[in-house]
Amino acid sequence: MVHSVTARRRWVAAIGFLSVSALALSGCAQSQRDSGGGGKEGGTLTFGAAGAPKLFDPFYATDGETFRVARQMYEGLVGFKPGTAEVEPALATEYKPSEDGKTWTFTLKEGVKFHDGTDFNAEAVCFNFERWYNQKGAGQSDAVSQYWLDNFGGFKDTPDKPSLYKSCTAKDPKTAVIELTKVTSQFPSVLGFTSFSISSPDALKKYDADNVQAAGDAFTYPAYANEHPTGTGPFKFSKYDKANNTVELVRNDAYHGTKAKLDKIVFKIIPDETARKQALKAGDIDGYDLPNAADWAGLKSDGFNVAIRPAFNVFYLGINQKNNPKLADLKVRQALMYAINREQLVKSQLPEGAKVATQFMPDTVNGYNKSIPEVKYDLEKAKSLLAEAGASDLTLKFYWPSEVTRPYMPSPKDLFGAMSGDLQKAGIKIDVVTKPWNGGYLTDVDQGIPDLFLLGWTGDNGTAHNWVGTFFGRPDNRFNTGTSPWGATLAADLAKADSEPDEAKRTALYEEINKKIMEEYLPAIPISHSPPALVLKSDIKGVVPSPLTDEKFGPASKG
Amino acid sequence: MLRYTIRRLIQLVGVVLVLSLLLFAWMRLLPGGPVSALLGERATPESRAALTKQLGLDQPIIVQYFKFLGRAATGDFGVSTGVQPGDSALEIFLQRFPATIELSFFAIVIAIAIGVPLGYLAAKRRGGWFDNFSVIGSLIGVAVPVFFLAYVLKDAASVGLGLPSQGRQGDINATRVTGFFTLDGILTGEWDATLDALEHLILPSIALATIPFAVIFRITRAAVLDVLDEDFVRTAEAKGLTAQLIRRRHVLRNAMLPVVTTIGLQTGALLSGAVLTEKVFSIPGVGQALAIGFERRDYPVLLLLIIMATIVYVVVNLLVDLSYALIDPRIRTR
Amino acid sequence: MTLGVSKKEKIDDLAESAGVSLAASAWKRLRRSPVFLIGAVIIGIFIVVSLLSPWLAPHNPSDPMLIDQVVKARNEIPPPQPGHPLGGDLQGRDFLSRLLVGSQQTLIVGVGATLIGLTGGLILGTLAGALGGWVDSTVMRLVDVMLSLPSLLLAFSIAAMFAKPSQFTVILAVAIVQIPVFARLLRGSMLAQRHSDHVLAATALGVKKGAIVFRHMLPNSLSPVIVQSTLVLATAIIEAAALSFLGLGNPDDRIPEWGQMLGDVQNVFDTHPHLAAYPAICIIIVALGFTLMGETLREALDPKNRR
Repeated sequence: MVHSVTARRRWVAAIGFLSVSALALSGCAQSQRDSGGGGKEGGTLTFGAAGAPKLFDPFYATDGETFRVARQMYEGLVGFKPGTAEVEPALATEYKPSEDGKTWTFTLKEGVKFHDGTDFNAEAVCFNFERWYNQKGAGQSDAVSQYWLDNFGGFKDTPDKPSLYKSCTAKDPKTAVIELTKVTSQFPSVLGFTSFSISSPDALKKYDADNVQAAGDAFTYPAYANEHPTGTGPFKFSKYDKANNTVELVRNDAYHGTKAKLDKIVFKIIPDETARKQALKAGDIDGYDLPNAADWAGLKSDGFNVAIRPAFNVFYLGINQKNNPKLADLKVRQALMYAINREQLVKSQLPEGAKVATQFMPDTVNGYNKSIPEVKYDLEKAKSLLAEAGASDLTLKFYWPSEVTRPYMPSPKDLFGAMSGDLQKAGIKIDVVTKPWNGGYLTDVDQGIPDLFLLGWTGDNGTAHNWVGTFFGRPDNRFNTGTSPWGATLAADLAKADSEPDEAKRTALYEEINKKIMEEYLPAIPISHSPPALVLKSDIKGVVPSPLTDEKFGPASKG
Repeated sequence: MLRYTIRRLIQLVGVVLVLSLLLFAWMRLLPGGPVSALLGERATPESRAALTKQLGLDQPIIVQYFKFLGRAATGDFGVSTGVQPGDSALEIFLQRFPATIELSFFAIVIAIAIGVPLGYLAAKRRGGWFDNFSVIGSLIGVAVPVFFLAYVLKDAASVGLGLPSQGRQGDINATRVTGFFTLDGILTGEWDATLDALEHLILPSIALATIPFAVIFRITRAAVLDVLDEDFVRTAEAKGLTAQLIRRRHVLRNAMLPVVTTIGLQTGALLSGAVLTEKVFSIPGVGQALAIGFERRDYPVLLLLIIMATIVYVVVNLLVDLSYALIDPRIRTR
Repeated sequence: MTLGVSKKEKIDDLAESAGVSLAASAWKRLRRSPVFLIGAVIIGIFIVVSLLSPWLAPHNPSDPMLIDQVVKARNEIPPPQPGHPLGGDLQGRDFLSRLLVGSQQTLIVGVGATLIGLTGGLILGTLAGALGGWVDSTVMRLVDVMLSLPSLLLAFSIAAMFAKPSQFTVILAVAIVQIPVFARLLRGSMLAQRHSDHVLAATALGVKKGAIVFRHMLPNSLSPVIVQSTLVLATAIIEAAALSFLGLGNPDDRIPEWGQMLGDVQNVFDTHPHLAAYPAICIIIVALGFTLMGETLREALDPKNRR
C-alpha cells in the first residue's frame, strides 16, 4: 500500500482535492533486496494469474494460464534448458535418431514414479503416444487437441489427414522407440511442449481422460482433466477452489530429481491487471505475469524484481497482396518498410529491451541470418520507390485489432497510430478499419480482407520452422504469397529445409531463406521483438525467466 | 393482489424469452464468436470451418436457440470463453452474485441514510442556502461519470484515510459459507474477516451510492415539498399540532411513497453502476464479470448475466409495487 | 398491466405537464432564474467552442508530433512545453488540441443520441398515442421489454451488439435506450389530450385525424419533450464515456471525443492523472450545464409550480 504513494499523490494534486504534503518517499520504498541467500525451504508462493486455467490435462490445453499450472506438475521426455529455447533431456536421459531421421530411440530415466505411485516406464510413454494418436470425436477438434494437430497432424482414424506419428514400441522398460512418417526439424523439440507431457496411464484410464464432449458452443472435459491430473513433476495437484478463485499445488515429496523447496504454490486468479499490481504491492501475491510495460520502472523502484524474458516473438506489419495489385510490386512493399520509422516506434511504444526486427525470427533461433542489415528509416527513399512503381497515390485498407494486448503488441492502438502517421507522411492514404480481436479481426485477416494488418507470433520452440514455416509454409497463407510467383518457391524451400536431417545444413538453408524473404520477397514487414516480463517479490529466488514462458517453480524458494 | 403478482410474473417470463432470443441471435450473428475465442490467432480457415460444424454453429439460428433452451432448462447456459474460460456461465453467476448484492446493499443503505434526511431538511428550508447548495451538489453528483469518481475516491481516500484501495479478492484463509464476505465472518465467528470485508466495501459502496443518493435526495425533497403543501398538513397546523407530531404522523409517512418507488428503480442504476464500480475496484462480482465479458466478448456469460439482471430488476420492482400497497391502503383496492 | 410501474409513472408525470399556455409564463420565470442562466452560459460557451474548435486548436489533434518524447518503457509522455501548454498524450499528440476538438465530437454524441432517441420515440409514441388500439398495445409491449432492462446496462448490451464499434454505434446505443422513454412520454401526453377540449373541438369541426395529431396534439406535447431532451443531452455524454471505459466505445481515436479520451486512459489513471482529469472535468461541467437547464425547465414547466 505504501509503495504507490507517489502515483496517487499526483492524482490528488491534479484533481485539486488536497494540497500536496511532503511525505518522505525514501521511507516508503524500503528495499528488500538484501534479504536471504541460498533459498530457504518451505513456504507458499502465491502467483497472480490473469485467468482461470481451463483444465489441468496438458494435452488438451491451448492457453498460457492453463500451461502455467500444468508445467509445474508434469514433465515431458525432453525439456528446455532454463532461460533458453534449447532442448535438453528430461524424462528421457538420452535420445538419438536413426540414420534416415525417422526412428528415434529414447532412453528413459529410471526410478521415476507418477504422483499416484505407479511407475514411469517405456510402456507408459507408448500409452501416452497411443492415447494422443487415438483421439476420437470431440477430442479431434482443433480447439481441443490444437497442439497435436499443429505439430503431429492427424489421428489414427483420419486417413485424409496424415500424421507425423507412426508408432511407439517399448523395447524394454527403459527404452522407447518412436517411429515417424517423415523427417522434420521439429522433432524431438516438440516433445518439450507442455502439451506432450507424460501422464500416468492408470490415472488416465481410471478418470476417463479421453471423454471430451462438445456441449453447446464449448467442450466439457472428464474428471482427469478437471480434478485428477497425474504427472511426474515436482508439484502435485491439491485443489481448485472456485469460490476463492485459487488453484493449489503441493510439493511432491517423492520427486525423482531435486525436490521442490516450496511447500505449496497457490495460483490466485485476478483478471484485472491493475488489481494484480495492487495485490502485489499489498503483499497478497508474490508475483504475476506480464506486467504492463509502463509499470516496469515503478515496480523496480518499489523494490520488486522485474524479470525480463528474452524476446522470443516477432511483431510484423502484414501485407496482403490479394486485393490491391500495387502491393504485388516489391518496390511498393519496400517503400512501406522505408516509410515506417521502426527505430522510433520501438523506442517510444515498446518496453525496455525491445529491438527492431531485421527478419521474421529473433537471433536465438537456429537459422537467424546475422548478415541481413537493419533497414533504416528513409522517407525520401520510400517516396521515390513509390513514384518508381507508379503508386504515388496509394490508398491502403489498414486493419488494427481492438480489445487485445499481446506480448509482442502491448498497445495495438498506439502502435497503429505511430505507423499510420509514418505511412501518411510518405503520401499513402489510409483507410482505417478496426475490429475486436475475437470479434471479426482474426476472421477478416484470415479471409484476406485487409491490405495491411498488425499481427505477430510468440515462438513455441527454437526451430526456424516454427517461425517462417508457420508464416509462409503454405502458399495460401495470411499474406497470400501464392499470388506472387515466388510464393510456391518459398513454400517448397521451407518444406525442404524442414526435412533436412543434418542440423548444420538445415541452419544454412534457413539462413538463405531468411535473406531471400527480406531482400527478394518481403511478404510482410517485420517490426520488432519485444521482451515480455514477469514480476516477483525480491525474496522469491530461483525463477528463471524463459523465452518460452516456460518458468518452472520447482527450484524456486521464498525468503 | 395475487392475480396482479401472477400476471406480472407471467409477463416476466415473456420478457425473458424475447430477450434471450434476441441476445442469442445476436451472439450467433456476430463474426468471431465461440470459434474465434476457442482457436485464437492459431486458427486456419479449415480449423475454423471444422469447429463451426462440430459445435453445430452452421445450423439455423432458431434450431440452435431451441437446443439452447433445452440445455438451459437443465441449468446449462453454456461455458465461459473469456471471463473464466471453461467454467459454466451459471456457476460464474452464482459464485459472483453475493459480492454484488453485498456491494449494492451497502450502497443503497448509504444513499438512503444520507439522501432521505438531507432531502427532508432541504425541503423544510426551501430556497435557503442549504437547499440550493444541496440541490446543486446532487446535480453535480449526477454529472460525474461513476467510474471516474470511483478512481478519484480510490486514489484520494486510500491515501488520505488509509482505506484499502481495492475490493476484496476473497481471502484464502477465511471460511466460505454463504459467499457473502461480511456474513461469512459473522457466521463462522471470524470477526476480523467481517471487519476486513466491511473496510474493503467502504469506498466502492460510496462510489456506487452517488447516483441513487442524488435521485433519492431529490425525490425526497420534492415529495416532502408536495406533502407540506397538502391540505391535511395545513389542517394539522391549524389544529395546533406540534411540528414534531406533524412531521412524524403526516409528512414523512406520506412522502415515503415516491421515495420507496425510487429505491426500487435504483436497483437498475445499482446493477449498471456495479459494472463500472466493480471494474475499478476489481470486486469479483457480477458487474466485473459483465465488464470483462463485454471486453472479451464472452457471449454465453453475457447472455445469462443480462437475463439475470433483468429478472432481478423486474422482481425488485414488483416487490416495491407490492410493498407500496402495504404502505398506502388506497392502492390495495386497485 | 405494466412492468416496472414506477419508472413509467415518472415518465407519465412529466407527460402530464403538457400545455402550450405554460410556455410563456415559464420563459418569464426562467429568464430570472440564476441557475438556468448558469446552465445556459455553460452550454453557450460549449457550443461556441465546439463549433470553432477546428480554428481554435493550435495543432492537428491526430498528428503524433511529439512522438519522440514518448517513452513507454519509462512511462514518459511529453510534458507541458512552449506551444503545447498541456503537453502531449500517450501517442505524442497535442493534448490541448485534442481537448478542444474533442468538444465537437462530444456535442455530436450528445445531440446525435438525443435526436435519434427523440425521433424513434416520436414515431412510436405518436403511433401509439394517436391511433390507440392494437397499435398502442403492440408498441407499449415493445417499450415494456426495453424498460425492463436497467437503462445503462441496456446501452452496454446494445453497444456490444455491433461487430464494428464506431462513433456512430456509440451514439446509437445511447439513443436506443432513450427511445422507450420518449415514446412513453409522448404517448402519455397525447392520451391526456385526446379528450381535452381543443382536440374535441377540432374533431367536432371535422378536422382530419392526421391534422389534429400534427397541428394540435404534437405541439402541445413539446414542453415535456424539451425537458427530457435537455436531460438526455447530459446522460448521453456521460454514458458515452462509460461505454469507452468498458471498451465498447469508438476505438478509432484520430478525431477525439471526451468520453473516449477519458475511457481510454484508464490504465494510466494513477501515473498520468491529468490525461483523465481534463476530459473528465470538461464532461462534468457540460453535463452539469445541461442538467441545470433541464431541471430548471422542468420546474418552470411544472403546472404545480405556477402557484
